[in-house]
Amino acid sequence: MKSLLAAAAVIVIVLLALVSLFIGVGDVSWAALFSPSPDERALQLLVISRIPRLLAVMLVGTSLGVAGLLMQMLARNRFVEPATAGSAESASLGVLAATALAPQLPVLGKMLVAACFALAGTALFLLILRRIPLRSVLIVPLVGLVLGSVFDSVTTFVAYRFDLLQSVNAWKTGDFSTVLRGRYELLWVTLGLTLGAYVAADRFTVAGMGEAFTTSLGLRYSRIVALGLVIVSLVTAMVVVTVGMVPFLGLLVPNVVSLFMGDNARRSIPWVAVGGAGFVLLCDVLGRVVRFPYEIPGATIAGVIGSVLFLFLLLRRDARVG
Amino acid sequence: MSADGLVVVRRPERTLFILGCVAMACAALFMLIDVGGQWDFVLPFRGRKLATALLVGYAIAVSTVLFQTVTGNRVLTPAILGFDNLYVLIQTCLLFFLGSGAVANLDPRLLFGVEVLIMVAFSGLLYWGLFGGARRSLHLVLLTGVVLGVLFRSLSSFLQRLIDPNEFIFLQDRFFASFNNPDQELLVASFLVTLGVSVVGFRMLRTFDVLVLGRETAINLGVDYQRTVALILVLVAILVSVSSALVGPVTFFGLLVSNLSHALVRTYRHALVLPAAALVAAVALVAGQVVLEHVFAFDTNPRVIIEFVGGLVFITMLMRKAPG
Amino acid sequence: MIEAKNVTKRYGTALVVDDVSLRLPVGGITSIIGPNGAGKSTLLSMISRVLPMSSGNVLVDGLDVVTTPGDVLAKRLAILRQDNHLTSRLTVRELVTFGRYPHSKGRPTVKDQEHVERAIQHMGLEALSARFLDELSGGQRQRAFVAMVLCQDTDYVLLDEPLNGLDLKHAVSMMKQLRTAADTLGKSFVLVLHDLNFASCYSDHLIAMRDGKVAFQGRSEDIMRPDVLRAVYDLEIAIQHINGDWIATHYR
Repeated sequence: MKSLLAAAAVIVIVLLALVSLFIGVGDVSWAALFSPSPDERALQLLVISRIPRLLAVMLVGTSLGVAGLLMQMLARNRFVEPATAGSAESASLGVLAATALAPQLPVLGKMLVAACFALAGTALFLLILRRIPLRSVLIVPLVGLVLGSVFDSVTTFVAYRFDLLQSVNAWKTGDFSTVLRGRYELLWVTLGLTLGAYVAADRFTVAGMGEAFTTSLGLRYSRIVALGLVIVSLVTAMVVVTVGMVPFLGLLVPNVVSLFMGDNARRSIPWVAVGGAGFVLLCDVLGRVVRFPYEIPGATIAGVIGSVLFLFLLLRRDARVG
Repeated sequence: MSADGLVVVRRPERTLFILGCVAMACAALFMLIDVGGQWDFVLPFRGRKLATALLVGYAIAVSTVLFQTVTGNRVLTPAILGFDNLYVLIQTCLLFFLGSGAVANLDPRLLFGVEVLIMVAFSGLLYWGLFGGARRSLHLVLLTGVVLGVLFRSLSSFLQRLIDPNEFIFLQDRFFASFNNPDQELLVASFLVTLGVSVVGFRMLRTFDVLVLGRETAINLGVDYQRTVALILVLVAILVSVSSALVGPVTFFGLLVSNLSHALVRTYRHALVLPAAALVAAVALVAGQVVLEHVFAFDTNPRVIIEFVGGLVFITMLMRKAPG
Repeated sequence: MIEAKNVTKRYGTALVVDDVSLRLPVGGITSIIGPNGAGKSTLLSMISRVLPMSSGNVLVDGLDVVTTPGDVLAKRLAILRQDNHLTSRLTVRELVTFGRYPHSKGRPTVKDQEHVERAIQHMGLEALSARFLDELSGGQRQRAFVAMVLCQDTDYVLLDEPLNGLDLKHAVSMMKQLRTAADTLGKSFVLVLHDLNFASCYSDHLIAMRDGKVAFQGRSEDIMRPDVLRAVYDLEIAIQHINGDWIATHYR
């Protein structure tokens, strides 16, 4: 059953990927590429724009899904993800700070600044959670949302001063239409981080059961949390800098996977990775088709589809979520 | 939340009086600071702004306090359950389906009326979700609301993308008002609607008090619970429409105002809590505006500052003692 | 008289209360006993209209609890459930005064105040009356809530596990106070109790539930028997007759 499901998922993703390669304003068709005299322009379009875009989409989906899963284990709450834990907002603030104070900084530098901010923001979130007495399932995502909006208001305030509001909006709404060869490669680092999360999967599963449990198994809780924080922050920062945040992904995909697979990270991480890639790919393709030849950002589509799906999950009978 | 040491003696009436004085002082300061001789222009202009701020503060404060009474939880607000975002979505939908030309020709008051009606219908739906049929757990409801909020926001931005860029500018100008360009007709309509809500609410003040004891005790004491809750949600929906129409969505301000006023007056009696909340809101908005304009020389929607301060205060409150 | 006819509560396919028909006697204390999940609290909640029933109906002095206006019923029947969590800070006196709401609609008269004083005295809360509920121990809070329901001055008082959170001393005094109220004021109490011996010593009538049905009912000596209790609890329970009371010894 599960292997059947896996096969189906892979087939769907491959199909979507093919669709993704061949849609767009510029004409890239099978015939143009594989005819005896290949169309030089189509080939270039494919290599410079379409393939990088596809890769960026899959990398973002994979890494944000896994980052969401990690966040849920670290905060021990099903309803948090980088976008509802202050990570994405603090990363945006970081990019803004770098852009405003050191405009010449290369993308890598901005990314590192953003990652530091995201790290601080997420750590602050977890710190606040620890300081809250009577922590309930309900309070946790709420704290994340409030903290996020605090960061957000600082960002808006500063951006207004520096006339950068439009760029800020770009970081907040994931949009893959600007991805070109040479402008997305940073995302490959997220693949490494995702693999890192997979290697340390068992530790995260244990940490997800709580500090006391972790310590009694002889593991250092604080170290696992630190590792998780670094992964989540770096992933978030890179996504924010290169394409912008995609909402809901980190919430939706791990929750769906958990319904079928339970909460063993070693088993669920590959599924979350595949599911995340598929979800973002679907959103991106839809965003390009719905109002052809214009594009609607993938993040907007993700917000719509993601929230509807998530509502369905929440409200169906006997939902195990929570 | 306890303001230990600050309010030892419980004299809510006195606290209310002090709050009233502070609010008046803020209003006077707002009206009179730095006028520079241009009375004819400045006073009506600032008067409109002040009226907007007071109305918005009142609407947010009352709607949040009532909503928290109904849900028996001090961390829920109508905004968290997506009410504000719904209002924006309704506006966007109207523009999308009617076109900017048709919308421009419509009386803004009529438009406002339609929007309020849709909001009330939504609150009815939410009511079934919250209280009808099998009762669902509170955190499920909360989460559903948050997700609905995201859905509404995403749908709005989705539709906005589909709209012609020129029409979109129209949408932005026309719909996302701030304190600085309050539409006078809208202001009057909002005021009348708010007045109506207040009259209905005033007659139920003591019933609100009983709801504080929770659903079962309220039923035990003879309150027609379902009807009362439905009515309150309608009132809340109308008030949220008012505040959203005037300044757009404000997420955490209500949370701040409600918790602060409960901490200040420390009573269950809505006859005291509601005015206190309205006054706290007025002070925060008006003083905030004064500080923004004259200290930061920053003439813009104070929403940013509200969210910043509101968020920080709220987190601090949670860390001291979790409400709800 | 309270009369339940074919009362049923269903959650999906699970039957929690299964077609229960019952007449609760007027006056005195009636206690509902039974294992966890027998449907005791659910039945009590449906009788008091706090929980809608799936089918059947309940009459209180001939008034159908579903169709009768809430404020009419609130003068005849009072219910206190188990978990009473408040978000607002109320003093004991404020809470007890709420018991007069059905009569005064929130504007208590001098006569209402007398009722409040009496209820506070009856539950021994005089010294605590100005304290906030969240400053009290669980047992004290429980007594304050009971005082509120007593203050409501209804003929029927339904209490879901009134001994929850009370230590031995306060449990005994609670039961004594209920007994006095029943004997002197002529009120009818319906209690859900977990402690068999409290139920046996203080009740006029016992109702034993199991699997959503009424398994047995009768006086203490009819119910406090090894064969009956075995059928209700699946447990060997020896019964001793001590000083006129039937006492269950089920600890070994």
